[in-house]
Amino acid sequence: MAPPRPDSRSWSRTFDDLGGGWRQRQLWGHLGWQDIKQRYRRSVLGPIWITISMAVTAVALGILYAGLFGVDLAVMLPHVLVGFIVWGFISGAILEGADVFIANEGLIKHLPSPLSVHVYRLVWRQTLLFAHNMIVYVVMLLVFPQDLDATLLLVLPAFLLLMLNGAWVALLAGVITTRFRDLVPITQSIVQLMFFLTPIVWIYEDLLNSPNAAIAERARLAEFNPFLHFVEFIRRPLLGQEQELRHWIVVLAITVVGWALTMVVVRRYRSRVSYWV
Amino acid sequence: MTVSLAPRSIGITTKDACVDFPIFDAKSRSLKKTVMGLVGGNISSTSKVPIIEALRDVTLTLEHGARVALVGHNGAGKTTLLRLLAGIYEPTRGHAEIRGRVAPIFDLGVGMDPEISGLENIMIRGLFLGMTRKQMEDRVDDIAEFTELGDFLRMPLRTYSTGMRVRLALGVVTSIDPEILLLDEGIGAVDAAFLEKSKQRLADLVERSGLLVFASHSDEFLRELCDTAIWMEHGQVKQTGDLEEVLRAYKGHP
Repeated sequence: MAPPRPDSRSWSRTFDDLGGGWRQRQLWGHLGWQDIKQRYRRSVLGPIWITISMAVTAVALGILYAGLFGVDLAVMLPHVLVGFIVWGFISGAILEGADVFIANEGLIKHLPSPLSVHVYRLVWRQTLLFAHNMIVYVVMLLVFPQDLDATLLLVLPAFLLLMLNGAWVALLAGVITTRFRDLVPITQSIVQLMFFLTPIVWIYEDLLNSPNAAIAERARLAEFNPFLHFVEFIRRPLLGQEQELRHWIVVLAITVVGWALTMVVVRRYRSRVSYWV
Repeated sequence: MTVSLAPRSIGITTKDACVDFPIFDAKSRSLKKTVMGLVGGNISSTSKVPIIEALRDVTLTLEHGARVALVGHNGAGKTTLLRLLAGIYEPTRGHAEIRGRVAPIFDLGVGMDPEISGLENIMIRGLFLGMTRKQMEDRVDDIAEFTELGDFLRMPLRTYSTGMRVRLALGVVTSIDPEILLLDEGIGAVDAAFLEKSKQRLADLVERSGLLVFASHSDEFLRELCDTAIWMEHGQVKQTGDLEEVLRAYKGHP
């Protein structure tokens, strides 16, 4: 008799993993906090250092690029700062996602917990970092008051979408990089490159409206950069700028397609991760 | 409908379960010669990536109340089998069904964080073993008393000696209520007086658990906790049955 086929590649196990991980939120909630406290355990200011170092870099780059592009500092600095905060979450989800199972090798090999626990912990930790960084945003509002209105509330659904995307990216990247370790440094290089291709230290609209027709034409290519839409759709409400529907549509489409792709990969390779780490 | 509504019973069933490890970083096939015959399973060289068959055709039925000893030489697949039974490795071929909440205790140190206090580590280790925050809060006094660490529990774990760490870890793992308890050897390294004390707790823990599988090289320890045994060799089940019978066969084997 031929041995029965393994049933590890089933949809129900895939959903069990995501659901089972969610039910263990006491665990990953606790671990996520611990991760933040851990990072600056023996320092006096503690987690505020995360915020300070982010703020210092953002302000320095804001001043530098305001000078380079000849833009008013009161415009450039908030733009760079908020862009930085959002990018911090995005790059954190990708970079730590590419390492999420490799870094948790010990836990994966010793405890039978759903893989998604590690991903939820990661997204939760990045969310806490984001919340820390919002202190800088509030301080910035005091120095450079923005023309905020009710659309500010859109930040909440936007951030929720950002978390949803962070989760699938980390899960997908985690599974693939566990098998192909070469992808870890490649991911790092790509994320670094994307930082410059995404309107964080430069202003997309200014390039689109550039008097130089060649630059304006080329700037349109940035539209193909998915990160542009993620940064724009959450930065605009934070700076009281007008919303643009296309950013939301692109983000929603990426959320759906990304999760669908991730589910297919997780279904196929979920049970292999503990063999690969 | 004639479906019986019997309460979910604790148990583990495997059928022809195999665990095959792909070895991606094995550059040269000479590894095959080195590994084969020395430890573990067999290395197949038919596919592009060398594969170690760590477990082959494991068919087991463990029911509620079983107290199973796991014996075998180093590299015979004891730890891998425990991981299969824990659901960490899903079989690459064959079936494994695990009914019940598993508490695997393979490594006392896993999930412990040196930078945080003993008390916080108690909480984290408990959460890792599937307990809730509330359950751990109820147990923390009992654990603290057992470890005899006193005020040291408020100090970061990195200030602890090895023996103190083991006490803390043992205190936590013996406080839980597991349905399926999987113990791997390495519960030593404690001073004699403390070991006596922890033996009682370990016995109580086993008493509370629905199902025990215990891998160890210490016959004395196995006899205290188990009544049946599984003998693993080269990734396969060589013999199962009564503990004394299996031990005799195992010891008589070179």
